[in-house]
Amino acid sequence: MAALTQKKQDALSARLGGMTMPEGGAWITEARNDAVARLEAMGLPGPRDEYWRFTKPDTLNAAQAPEAAVLDHGSETPVFSAVDRIKIVFVDGVFQPDESSDLSNSGVEIERLADVARADIHWAKDIYGKIETLGQTPVERPHAVLNTAYATDGVVIRVAGKVEKPISLYYRHESATSDAYLHHVVKLEEGAEMTLLENGPAAARFNKVMEVDVGDKARFHHIRAQGRDHERRAYTAMFVRQGAESLFKSFTLTANGRLTRNEAYIELAGPDASAHIAGAALGHGDFHHDDTVFIKHDAENCESRQVFKKVLRKGAVGTFQGKILVERRAQKTDGYQKSQSLLLDDDAVFLAKPELEIYADDVACSHGSTSGAIDEDMLFYLRARGVDKDTAMDLLVLAFVAEAIMEIEDEGYAEEISERLESWLLRRRQD
Amino acid sequence: MLEIKNLHVKLEEEDKQILKGVNLEVPAGKVHAIMGPNGSGKSTLSYVLSGRDGYEVTEGTATLEGEDLLDLDPEERAALGLFLAFQYPVEIPGVGNMTFLRTAVNAQRKARGQEEMSAAEFLKFVRAKAKELKIDADMLKRPVNVGFSGGEKKRNEILQMAMLEPKMCILDETDSGLDVDAMKLVADGVNALRDEGRAFLVITHYQRLLDHIVPDVVHIMSDGKIIKSGGPDLALEVEKNGYADILAETA
Repeated sequence: MAALTQKKQDALSARLGGMTMPEGGAWITEARNDAVARLEAMGLPGPRDEYWRFTKPDTLNAAQAPEAAVLDHGSETPVFSAVDRIKIVFVDGVFQPDESSDLSNSGVEIERLADVARADIHWAKDIYGKIETLGQTPVERPHAVLNTAYATDGVVIRVAGKVEKPISLYYRHESATSDAYLHHVVKLEEGAEMTLLENGPAAARFNKVMEVDVGDKARFHHIRAQGRDHERRAYTAMFVRQGAESLFKSFTLTANGRLTRNEAYIELAGPDASAHIAGAALGHGDFHHDDTVFIKHDAENCESRQVFKKVLRKGAVGTFQGKILVERRAQKTDGYQKSQSLLLDDDAVFLAKPELEIYADDVACSHGSTSGAIDEDMLFYLRARGVDKDTAMDLLVLAFVAEAIMEIEDEGYAEEISERLESWLLRRRQD
Repeated sequence: MLEIKNLHVKLEEEDKQILKGVNLEVPAGKVHAIMGPNGSGKSTLSYVLSGRDGYEVTEGTATLEGEDLLDLDPEERAALGLFLAFQYPVEIPGVGNMTFLRTAVNAQRKARGQEEMSAAEFLKFVRAKAKELKIDADMLKRPVNVGFSGGEKKRNEILQMAMLEPKMCILDETDSGLDVDAMKLVADGVNALRDEGRAFLVITHYQRLLDHIVPDVVHIMSDGKIIKSGGPDLALEVEKNGYADILAETA
């Protein structure tokens, strides 16, 4: 690999200068040192890098997290509050034992990364930084590598069988200057099933990596709401490896936030597996939302589905970069990718880069990317039935994102997400 | 009920006059029909009355029970009791028919100062009305008009009409795309709503709908004006001889 330019070298030195690598046992120290070495070779992303042309990396690259005011949520209860769950709370990236469920007594193997990192050997060594390393394609993901090197905490979960209660990660943002690095490792043994919930803005600047190893015939459900703090910034990356006949389903709701970059790397490594990843993003004003998804079909007869919907207004920017790679051996692949934006005024911007790269000859792959305004005929039809304009608009916005929400298998969660969306739209009417 | 005086309408986008002085009065309890060749302005009249964008009223008035319609938003007109059954009912993917109906019913109740219906009340109400129109539970569950056949769409329009209980119903080419059985079902639905306090304006190309929904008065529209009015016989005359004779006679 070519040496970094002086400029990139300086930027990386400045960034790492502010970071402290946590103390740890042998296994994690090895993973962290490996990450630092990889990072030193790749440097931080620049605006000219492919996949960073739509999204400026500067505030993620900056040594200091830019300040982000903490939102007063008033009487609003956090998402998933009513769910019977195993709850794990982080405030500005710091674990809160008093607010969290008793992990030792949860019936599931859940540990904190901070704890398992102290051991010299742990099963997580086969996943931590490993799927992330596999996922350094088709482009490098330096912020994920940075996370592997410096993450201070996270959860390490191993499940066998079906976990009845969802595991719920609740991230609160209380400090205007917090800079948090969390790294989660999830391993589903053969035939296991679990639901992971995530909600909250986490920090002024949040960097989160999650590596998921979905064993043969295992089923993983992921539903995430990224909080609605206006000024926070977030870089998140999911690295997923799926075994034969496994299922991975992930849905993300993003409302507000100055910058959100959600990356996903999903490798369909065993035959007959299925990966669904969906997102609904709502932005108004100073909002930049980026979904960058890479799905690698590396085995026969797998299905993947991407459904991303963005509703943008008053200068909000949405971007989508999605790629499906179908390897030669991945015959009978069924790949579907849809990214759509609803632009509610002339100032909103949607940038999309859908890509297909196919080496197998017996596949069905499709992608569609559209951006448009509210359909005037639909609006008139609703109004002619007596529905006022604001309510009619909200109904049509909800209808637009419905396809993404339908990707949530559990109706209860889908309904809760829809309700949050509705409240968001109602609040926006006053702006 | 509905009073239209000297109504002149042009397209907003281009300098094209569509309505050139329409005069029409539909009293409560009556059914009036408007017939006319393609492009005579029949559908434009229905859109202008219901408040669709894209038209500019250059002259004249339209009132519903004395209230000026033309300055109101479409939803305000609906709350006053105006209802348009669309020629082409709009498909709305992602909005369930039931959600749509409940939102519409409650929006109008709210606008009229009535209490909103509870979910249970509404369900009972919609089921009763739907049954009369042979609309099954599946049609209520599906997204609005999505995947509906032509007949189902029109029945869904009449269902909305039955639920919203408007005072003034405009039916725009409700017979288009219907076979005889579907037309009969739709006509029965309309006839069931006829009463002293309600008026209808039925816009149609063909006389056949008027066999089922018998009008009190038939108007012939051509080139943006009503050129002739008469009893139900006028529709039969059109059916037999076409519009040419009438056009020649009034030219």
